Amino acid sequence: MSETLESAVKAVCSECGNDRERMMDIVRAIQGKFGCVSSEAMDMIAKQLATHRVEVESVVSFYSFLSDRPKGKVVIRLCDDIIDEMAGSADVANAFATELGIGIGETTADGKITLEHTPCIGMCDQVPAAMVNDVVVTNLTPAKVKDIVAKLKADVDADLVDAPGDGNNANDLVKAMVQNNIQQSGDVIFAGMEPGAAIKKALEMAPKDVIAEVTKSKLRGRGGAGFPTGLKWKFTSDAPGAEKFVLCNADEGEPGTFKDRVILTEQPDMMFEGMTVAGYAIDASTGVVYLRAEYAYLREYLESVLARRRSDGLLGKSVCGKDGFDFDIRIQMGAGAYICGEETALISSCEGLRGDPKNRPPFPAQEGYKAGPTTVNNVETFCCCARVMEKGADWFAGIGDGQSVGTKLLSISGDCGKPGIYEVPFGITVDEMLKMCGAKDTAAVQVGGASGQMIGKNDFGRKICYDDLATGGSIMIFNSKRDLLKVAEKFMEFFVDESCGYCTPCRAGNVLLLNALKTILAGKGEASDLEYIETLGNTVIKASRCGLGQTSPNPILTTLKNFRPAYEALLVAPSKDGYQVSFDIKAAVGDAAAIAGRDSVHAY
Amino acid sequence: MSDTITLTIDGVEIQGKPGQTIMEAADAAGIYIPRLCAMDGLVPHGSCRVCTVMVNGRPQSACTQPIAPGIVVDNETDEINAIRRDIVDMLFVEGNHFCMFCEKSGNCELQAVAYRLGIAAPRFPFQFPDCGIDASHPDIFIDRDRCILCGRCVRASQDLDGKDVFGFVGRGSEKRIAVNSDAKLKDTNIDVTDKAVEACPVGALLKKRVGFAVPIGQRKYDHKPIGSDIEQNKGSL
Repeated sequence: MSETLESAVKAVCSECGNDRERMMDIVRAIQGKFGCVSSEAMDMIAKQLATHRVEVESVVSFYSFLSDRPKGKVVIRLCDDIIDEMAGSADVANAFATELGIGIGETTADGKITLEHTPCIGMCDQVPAAMVNDVVVTNLTPAKVKDIVAKLKADVDADLVDAPGDGNNANDLVKAMVQNNIQQSGDVIFAGMEPGAAIKKALEMAPKDVIAEVTKSKLRGRGGAGFPTGLKWKFTSDAPGAEKFVLCNADEGEPGTFKDRVILTEQPDMMFEGMTVAGYAIDASTGVVYLRAEYAYLREYLESVLARRRSDGLLGKSVCGKDGFDFDIRIQMGAGAYICGEETALISSCEGLRGDPKNRPPFPAQEGYKAGPTTVNNVETFCCCARVMEKGADWFAGIGDGQSVGTKLLSISGDCGKPGIYEVPFGITVDEMLKMCGAKDTAAVQVGGASGQMIGKNDFGRKICYDDLATGGSIMIFNSKRDLLKVAEKFMEFFVDESCGYCTPCRAGNVLLLNALKTILAGKGEASDLEYIETLGNTVIKASRCGLGQTSPNPILTTLKNFRPAYEALLVAPSKDGYQVSFDIKAAVGDAAAIAGRDSVHAY
Repeated sequence: MSDTITLTIDGVEIQGKPGQTIMEAADAAGIYIPRLCAMDGLVPHGSCRVCTVMVNGRPQSACTQPIAPGIVVDNETDEINAIRRDIVDMLFVEGNHFCMFCEKSGNCELQAVAYRLGIAAPRFPFQFPDCGIDASHPDIFIDRDRCILCGRCVRASQDLDGKDVFGFVGRGSEKRIAVNSDAKLKDTNIDVTDKAVEACPVGALLKKRVGFAVPIGQRKYDHKPIGSDIEQNKGSL
């Protein structure tokens, strides 16, 4: 190795100004160079940043793309979500394991290649998919796996992209085999816009009038929660604070969503434009895009767009010649944590901390990033803001349905003919949507990702909008041959893995819920277990500290509500001996019996 | 600005001061709200969720939620106590607790809150996690089996001792309390007289050689339930 650990740590830390708030960048850089952030490295980083070692360790141990133990030069991360599984990801995983001669979670003996599972990487429209370091490989088959492994064995830096995808996926700075799969464009997101058009309109107005215009447009947050954007900006603008911030949430981790990937690929100018408008409206000079680690392949391209905008005067000092309005944007990379899509966890992560959500109040609008008033909006929301500025609030409010105005991007995947991105006006019914994407024999639709709800045929007449079926955009379709309880199990496993562990109900309650579901799936559940699940789920929803725990029981609770017969079919009658059917006394006393050296009389 | 704020807890009107949390105002009024991660003198953590109350019908943690004029707080209701029992049960089964021979028994806040809520034994299935013990230090030891991840030692070490001996590592059910060294507690600058040691509500951070010193019958919660000291304030305002 040409570079010693010590010199690398010193160089990386000093590039980041020895600022402990840049911890994410520092540990990511060391992970990239050395395949891990070793115990030794943590000590060095702590010393260099004049902070405590346990702070470094707390960060490294939190994010799934970071590790204190060495990984291969190449880390293959197989997407492990339900849509990939339905498309044969198990065969793909087996092919990787066979070709590499290792199991999941292992590294080849030569230390070159590590094989892992990872939750949804935002490629549900081209499954099965995986990441090979930062390179995304899609539509995998065992035959393709054989080819990929052969290339990597010959050269760990081998180019795996034979044919790049459409649009900017083919850009020299992206060069990804990813396809956009834009199946339907609308007038808000996937329509043209001259860079600077929205900013110039905004700069003709007073900041408070910009906020008034966004408020008038009735735009609500596109991440799923649906908070009125104008109101959020107003709170941030009104809050006292010397320095204010604009944060863009590009950490879409909800299983089944991939709309932000396509915006980042095709419409990044519009997103940056919206952020700049926000900066003007709330009087901020710094914007941060928090980009999920799974989309690292887009980073260089996004940086080039930022650079172009700087040279065009759309960012930097006196934006568009407006004296006193300075605004710039930096990209903060994530490192593999679903929870960082929660706005206060995202702020923690930007501050170089574990992705723990913060206590509210104070809300980010009062006290957010670096304790300054902060507006955190979704990628799609910022694009809508830009369009509202360009075309006016009335134009925007004229699209959609009731209190849900504008268009919504849907990421549709699963059992349908045309998976991909659909820009639709709010108010479309599930039936219309299913027809649009060519879904047949549909038994269930998961609306809003794992944290959303699973609905059956009775609900297919309902509308996609904030007041009925609210969604951040993830739509997963399941036909009548799918085992919906296995789907719920997969989602619960996801939440158990992704809970930050800060509060009790989410940390411990989700594990108990998952175990109860597994008991039922194993044919050992009793009628009382359904009641137990409902009570426990209610506690987790009511008592959890953030949106993750407040929605994580949904996969079980909504399948139980809408598909109860599927559960009931698996239940068994209570045991005559008075024990719970799931209680295996032989296993329970097994350890003790082994120590005693004889079988327990109770076990038989 | 008025210097008192009027709010209602379980139908009783009380006065609080601006800037107070619901828990602080309730304490001052002699109303006990069960808690584990909250401790006088430490910044609220909001993690155990045992102090969950309903504020105008919405669940909030009393230790972090500021009071506001006219809010209606439910504390002692069947619904809330059921939620609290579930949470305390979770804390028992996600660790390895053994009250009958734990040094902290009788002085343990987890045990005392459980008794106060009417829990004789947890109803949830035990998870039997593998947590680990650090007995490297000559005077103090950590038993992670009994840790409830309340963060009181973390905050006490940081804010009261000025040391930063502890922190959290891992995430989800793998989250653990860790020490500020690459190896063991003995390599940190913790001292047996540190406030962090006293801050532990359970038997996770204990002094060596002083266990079981107080006989049964004379321990903190042997005669009066936890919260009795707060309830003595009732009517004093």
